[in-house]
Amino acid sequence: MFSNASNFVHGVDKAFLIIGGFSLFFLVSFTGIMIYFVVKYNRKRNPKATQIKDNTLLEVTWTTLPILLVLYMFYVGWQGFFPMRQVPKDAMQVTAIGQMWKWKFEYPGNKESDTLVLPINRPVKVNLVSKDVIHGFFVPAFRIKEDCVPGKNNFSWFIPGQLGDFDLLCSAYCGVNHSYMSAVVRIVPQDKYDEWIAALQVKGNDTNIGHSVLDKNGCLACHSIDGSKLVGPSLKSLYGSTVEVKTNGTTHKISADDEYIKNSIYDPDKDVVTGYPQGVMKSYKGTITDKDVQLITGYLKTLK
Amino acid sequence: MSGNKKNEYVSYLEHQGKYKGIFSWIFTLDHKRIGLIYMYAIIVLFSIGALMGLLMRIELIAPGETIMKPQTYNGMFTVHGIIMIFMVVIPGLSVVFGNFFLPILIGAKDVAFPKLNRFSWWVYITGCGLAIASQFMQNGPPDTGWTFYAPYSTTTGSNVIMATFAAFVLGFSSILTGLNFIVTIHQMRAPGMKFFNMPLFSWAIYATAWTQLLATPIVGITLLMLIAERLFGIGFFNPSLGGDPVLFQHLFWIYSHPAVYIMILPALGVITEIIPTFCQKKIYGYKAIALSSLAIAGVGFLVWGHHMFTSGMSDQARWFFSFLTFLVAVPSAIKVFNWLATMYKGSIDLKPPFLYALSFIFLFTIGGTTGLLLGSVATDVQVHDTAFVVAHFHYIIFGGMGFAFFAAIHYWLPKMYGRMYNMKRATIAWGINFVGFNLLYFPQFILGIEGMPRRYFDYLPQFQPLEVVSTIGGFILIGGLIFMISNLVQGARKGEIAPANPWHGTTLEWQIPSPPPLENFDEAPIINPNPYDYK
Repeated sequence: MFSNASNFVHGVDKAFLIIGGFSLFFLVSFTGIMIYFVVKYNRKRNPKATQIKDNTLLEVTWTTLPILLVLYMFYVGWQGFFPMRQVPKDAMQVTAIGQMWKWKFEYPGNKESDTLVLPINRPVKVNLVSKDVIHGFFVPAFRIKEDCVPGKNNFSWFIPGQLGDFDLLCSAYCGVNHSYMSAVVRIVPQDKYDEWIAALQVKGNDTNIGHSVLDKNGCLACHSIDGSKLVGPSLKSLYGSTVEVKTNGTTHKISADDEYIKNSIYDPDKDVVTGYPQGVMKSYKGTITDKDVQLITGYLKTLK
Repeated sequence: MSGNKKNEYVSYLEHQGKYKGIFSWIFTLDHKRIGLIYMYAIIVLFSIGALMGLLMRIELIAPGETIMKPQTYNGMFTVHGIIMIFMVVIPGLSVVFGNFFLPILIGAKDVAFPKLNRFSWWVYITGCGLAIASQFMQNGPPDTGWTFYAPYSTTTGSNVIMATFAAFVLGFSSILTGLNFIVTIHQMRAPGMKFFNMPLFSWAIYATAWTQLLATPIVGITLLMLIAERLFGIGFFNPSLGGDPVLFQHLFWIYSHPAVYIMILPALGVITEIIPTFCQKKIYGYKAIALSSLAIAGVGFLVWGHHMFTSGMSDQARWFFSFLTFLVAVPSAIKVFNWLATMYKGSIDLKPPFLYALSFIFLFTIGGTTGLLLGSVATDVQVHDTAFVVAHFHYIIFGGMGFAFFAAIHYWLPKMYGRMYNMKRATIAWGINFVGFNLLYFPQFILGIEGMPRRYFDYLPQFQPLEVVSTIGGFILIGGLIFMISNLVQGARKGEIAPANPWHGTTLEWQIPSPPPLENFDEAPIINPNPYDYK
């Protein structure tokens, strides 16, 4: 009856059915009673109302029964949830890193992937990390969701029970490309997984430090290095070119020099490139140091 | 007292005060006029918010970009939320019908502090102006969602400071109104009227007012902390400055969950007034209903954590908040049982206000029981931050508070303006609204369970069929609303002259002429121990 995509589907869906069932029962009863009364005691049929005296026993009954019922529903919900916090000791560990607007998954041995590949039937603990704002780690088919909160070490865990690809979506609003922040969870047999992880490249030291600064701070999610237009302008051939910007509502041309690059990082809303909206990019003052800005500028000079 | 005594007195609408024209409204001290100018502002703001809602529905009719860019969409759901929550539903019933009818229902000439009441409206309008201005200033509209979650809100480049400051100002208006109503109920009741001789709408306003007074300062200080973090880099919430993002969520929801009860308690009060009138019955279970309002307000203070089940809170906090959330369902259920018992053996007249009241019970039941699925931790993990939440709170806030507002305006319009709207058109508009509403929001429950996150500009193709149904519902609902409002406006301006008591109501407000005289009662009303037994 329940899917076997993860070990939590049963508990969660059972709670859905029980609580949903009681809800439906009350909705149908209330509606049925209302319609019955409207028909039976319609003014045409029943021109004079009969006044009824309050009944304490009745009030006590319909206070007590709902209390018992909600306590039972609470218990069902807790029963379905409790296992989600009990991670088995032998669970394999993966770290999911949320960053505007991309997921990355770190495997032991300093390996990194854009897809969360996992072996079937093996418990996995996912450590949830955010590099900027709050993101939500949500795999609907597995019935799991937990937020990646910057500065906190949240986690989720599960045992995948079904082969195939599943959607991983960001559930906590995180800015302009929130709805594009998705990834694939791929569940494969153990031998396939072993092959895959063996083939996965060890995260090499980025040869170009300027590029790694951009990558580390998530700049490349919005600014391409190949000339394509993403959320913000591309960085290709930017350095040294002349850019048309809007400052306080007036359009003027500005040369993309060291000063301009620095201003665009620290005070992005001051000079906004024509055709792009204001207020989308946050200031990186305090996040990217002066030295890193120089590294970025150095790298941009090479992007011809 | 029946029939219209128009010639023998001067109504509050005709009364000539110190000021003329529009100033006779802006500078009025009369609680009834203040109620009306709140209502006009709310109708305008609601129309703006609803239009934004429709634009978002059009955007979501197909995956990918349809009519707007992602940043525009994000600004739109933020502004839609800010307008609807802080300017329409939180003040809503309380400032319009609370202002207009609370003094009348307790046999008073006005609220305790009329000048403070007028000042509250000015503050409210100032807050609305600031919020609207934040849309057009440099840096673009705020794009944080109405919840302003840190650290996104403390780092985004958009116009967050102005919007949060507007919410801060609006909070002051809410606090002052709450204070005014509490003192009014304690001090201004007509001689002989004890607390348990008040109609239940007054009880609902009383419970609401305490919540406004006690909870709103918390969000005020929270928003100031956010502004301080943005302006001076003080690290309250941003971990890179040493703060804690989850702290913001706690502080925000300590107010914003009780705020839901600020919205819904007066709605429950309105329905409690309408049902006895159209059943020609005394309300069943008076004390149970009165005390359940206080219970909802009280327990409502302690359940905020259910908005944060996936934030990484401790496991103890998760079960504790879930447990309390389930308890708050009980007093709401008690009200529904008593309403149904009131209908039993009544003489039911299916007029538009009663149709809205019945559909309120239906929609509120759906909203409430889906709230159980959100309060249960296991199911919340699946539906938290999805379209399910969007559907749930629209059922509670729009289906609940909104439909109760429509019920109230159809119920009390003849008293407020002394004229009646077209009954047949009102019934048709109700039918359109009810169908459109369910078509618009019900599919979003299913979308949410299937995993469609909220605040998504774009979505996976498998979600499209239900998104299309939802958008069609949006168009139907907007059509119904336009039809309803135009009928009401026409009724208020040029409708037939209404008798003082068109519904044969047995509460105090129906015993005075329509529209009421300036100070409500020409002579002190004789107080009946049963508030549902005036004849």
